[in-house]
Amino acid sequence: MRGSFHPWLAFVCFFKILFGRQVPAEIAELLPETAKPKALPAAKPEITKPEAKPEPKPDPVRAAKQSATQHQRDGALALLALLQREGRLVDFARDSVDGASDADIGAAAREVHRGCRKVLDQHVTLEPVMPGEDDAKVTVPKGFDPAEIRLIGEAKGEPPFVGTLRHHGWRAVDTKLPTLAEGVDRAVIAPAEVEV
Amino acid sequence: MTRVLGIDLGTTNSALAVADDEHAAQAHDIAQVVGPGEVAARPTLPSFLLLPTEHEVPAAQLQLPWSGKLRYAVGTFARERGAELPHRLVASAKSWLCNSAIDRTAQVLPFRGAQRELEAAMADGERVSPVNASARYLAHLRAAWDDEHEDEPADEQDVLVTVPASFDPVARELTVVAAREAGFANVTLLEEPQAAFYAYLAARGEKWRDDLKPGDVVLVCDVGGGTTDFSLIEVADDGGALALERIAVGDHILLGGDNMDLALAALVGKQLADAGKTLDALQQRALVHACRRAKETLLADDAPASAPIAILARGSKLIGGTIKAEVTRADAETMLVDGFLPKVGADARAEKRRAGGLREMGLPYAHDPAITRHLAEFLGRFGRMPTAVLFNGGVMKSSRLRERIVELLRTWAGREVAVLQGADLDLAVALGAAHYGRVRRGKGVRIRGGTARAYYIGIESAMPAIPGFAPPVKALCVAPQGLEEGQSVALPDDELGLIVGETATFRFFASASRKADAAGALIDADAAGVVELDPVEKLVEAEGERKAGELVPVRLEAHVTEVGTLELWCVARDGHGRWKLEYSVRERE
Repeated sequence: MRGSFHPWLAFVCFFKILFGRQVPAEIAELLPETAKPKALPAAKPEITKPEAKPEPKPDPVRAAKQSATQHQRDGALALLALLQREGRLVDFARDSVDGASDADIGAAAREVHRGCRKVLDQHVTLEPVMPGEDDAKVTVPKGFDPAEIRLIGEAKGEPPFVGTLRHHGWRAVDTKLPTLAEGVDRAVIAPAEVEV
Repeated sequence: MTRVLGIDLGTTNSALAVADDEHAAQAHDIAQVVGPGEVAARPTLPSFLLLPTEHEVPAAQLQLPWSGKLRYAVGTFARERGAELPHRLVASAKSWLCNSAIDRTAQVLPFRGAQRELEAAMADGERVSPVNASARYLAHLRAAWDDEHEDEPADEQDVLVTVPASFDPVARELTVVAAREAGFANVTLLEEPQAAFYAYLAARGEKWRDDLKPGDVVLVCDVGGGTTDFSLIEVADDGGALALERIAVGDHILLGGDNMDLALAALVGKQLADAGKTLDALQQRALVHACRRAKETLLADDAPASAPIAILARGSKLIGGTIKAEVTRADAETMLVDGFLPKVGADARAEKRRAGGLREMGLPYAHDPAITRHLAEFLGRFGRMPTAVLFNGGVMKSSRLRERIVELLRTWAGREVAVLQGADLDLAVALGAAHYGRVRRGKGVRIRGGTARAYYIGIESAMPAIPGFAPPVKALCVAPQGLEEGQSVALPDDELGLIVGETATFRFFASASRKADAAGALIDADAAGVVELDPVEKLVEAEGERKAGELVPVRLEAHVTEVGTLELWCVARDGHGRWKLEYSVRERE
């Protein structure tokens, strides 16, 4: 029955979008050549290779592409569902803050923050890409990866560059993502609740 | 190489640890359903079983990587979704396992009790026995392990399952039955406080010999979510080496951190009600969760002066609907530290519930919420004051609560009481169980102890009947305290008989305090410190030379199995037959 599960490929991709840079090797293999990142994170995320092969169809490449798109969509939606369930993030973002007092927004935000923080803590280990306090003097070394360090302003000549750290960045060094069962409609981010 | 699996089958959370000859005990994450159709590994498995109908939770949302569609869930999702479906949720199955007010092999959970209105709501749902619920937690742990370790199936490893030290022989036997139902053919039982102590030994390595010296007595103070359990372990000099012996265990007290959360929630709930704010059932639950967090914040080191409580609105509109409250540190101190751990004298005794005429059946929750009074009573009963204390259980993470207990122990003992630094309080019992598996293979110090109680069979005295008075019952000691695993004791001859073709039922008693009684001692059944357990019984079938109605003179034998359960045998004095007495798990009147 293992076939009815797939690793959370799309969730990982979604995290890539959320947190920046890199995609684990197993996932990178499934991505188009151009999308493959150069470097890989040191810590290996706990992701197993998908066992479910697409069924033979006239155009297997297209079927695989469709399945990958489907997984990507499911994963993104599942992440939203998680943030909604634990932190009511969708409710919060969809609610109107016009005319609401800062105290009311703050009261709700405190709980939304706690829940979303819990989701992050439980599922992804984050560390700064470039450790250091904001506004610290830093040196960007020779051969740096522009995908890891974004230069702001005019860089003259060749690295190393000396600059001011505006944001230390975030890197997901480890992910512990739930596996998703098939046959569950991920478009339902939060079910309607009816008390009977 | 056979490994050791240590299983903490907890009242509110279960945990798994693994060790082998080369590797020290390590906690093992447990894959489980954590959301609708989401499976993830977590350090503990919440001991909750959800039995929903297809309308309530579709089967697709409950499937596990190793299963097909399931009609039930255990673990995180069961606990979370179960809060919305309380009539489908089994909780505290372990406490039901040692509750002789119900038949523990009957399908009584989720418990309906006197709530008649739930009858219709529960009519179409599955119900299970306390044994079966425990079996499902164990089966889940087994399957989760097997899924990750295909070449090392769990039932081929050494499996240790922990039980409260206060579990009576029936509850121990039922735990073994549950393990068998879960597919573990061979398990060994270990008392939880001992497991916590083994975890301390494993964490300290050889340094524990610097912490303790001969004559020291260690109190293991285990306060979990739903239960409180005390044990005393004595350090002795055994020919120059340190030896450990468990010398006393306390009663099963249904009192723990959940009670504290509820108390704080009641306080905040009243504040809110006074302000005209009402909470629905789910917000009430959110309030209890918020109070647990507030408790942890306010009773930790460097606690702030107050902790905010915020309950989000139930509908899709959040902003403006948040209900706010605040718990101050002073409130938490008064309510939790002074309420649950009051400063009492060493001679304090826990208040007992007065027996009402009619009482709703259910779990026998402790009547007195003061953990310190239960503790004083426990220490007073055994007449020993500890020289050191080892804390266990999630509640004891709070430094304020630990400090209060240490402060009282120092006052009672009139001297210093050391605090032993053990392993992670949530995982110590599982880790200690795995470590004990190594100890059994000769790697480390073993705690001696044997049976914590002496056991007695009730014998009606032969005396003239007096109208209105039941004949006094004598208790015959069949198993003295301190019987070790694998040991047997035969009783001196007594005139006991089994009638062929009839079920012979014997009243069964236990005492934790009567250390001196040897096998064969005859005492009054109503002597102090003697409690009655479920009866034991045996039906000897008429077969062969045995005719119905015939009296077979027998001799009693008690045997502590390698598993850690107590067996009572009747041996025919003519040498023709041996019968094991069965524990009765039927409802007691």
